[in-house]
Amino acid sequence: MLSPADQEKLRDSFDEMTSPVRVLFFTQTLDGEHCVQTRRILDELPALSDKIAIEEVNFVLEKERAAQYGIDRVPALALLSQDAAGDVHDSRIRLLGTPGGYGFVSLVQALMLVGGHESSLTPENRQRIAAVSTKTTIQVFSTPT
Amino acid sequence: MAFANEHITSYAVEATEFPDLARKYRVNGVPKTVVNDQIEILGGLPQDDFITQALELQK
Repeated sequence: MLSPADQEKLRDSFDEMTSPVRVLFFTQTLDGEHCVQTRRILDELPALSDKIAIEEVNFVLEKERAAQYGIDRVPALALLSQDAAGDVHDSRIRLLGTPGGYGFVSLVQALMLVGGHESSLTPENRQRIAAVSTKTTIQVFSTPT
Repeated sequence: MAFANEHITSYAVEATEFPDLARKYRVNGVPKTVVNDQIEILGGLPQDDFITQALELQK
């Protein structure tokens, strides 16, 4: 689906990642179209970076795992970072729906961030965010175009 | 923001695929950001303004 030129650009971007990212892909066979499309998109990523791994999670059979990550619909992605010791940490970044169009840009940015690329937050804003001490849920709605 | 604080979880939602959520949060345009079901931020804002509005409940 990605053109050779796009693949090359993505490869260059992903080269800046310093640590591995595991993408949990929550899916179910009965959802059909959107899960199939999402799988097609995700299937292209590991070939572009050895730091990206996809793990498919059956939304129907692994309900507990879905609940653990706050996933109540599919397709859904949860991004996990892996530290030097091999321990996996939840980034608390989720994507709901097919990551196509603008959603693909969001996915690439999220992969880069979780993979150790520098955040676009200013130091001041990072401090303000670090001060948050209560459970906070942020939903950002967008469309593919 | 989620990556910068363990208390924060963020969801990027594809609005057209989940009309129930789009209805619930009255998404008439994108991007639209909703924080803890209470704060609504419409459109794209400069980073400082976005963070200020998103953290409004922290005061």
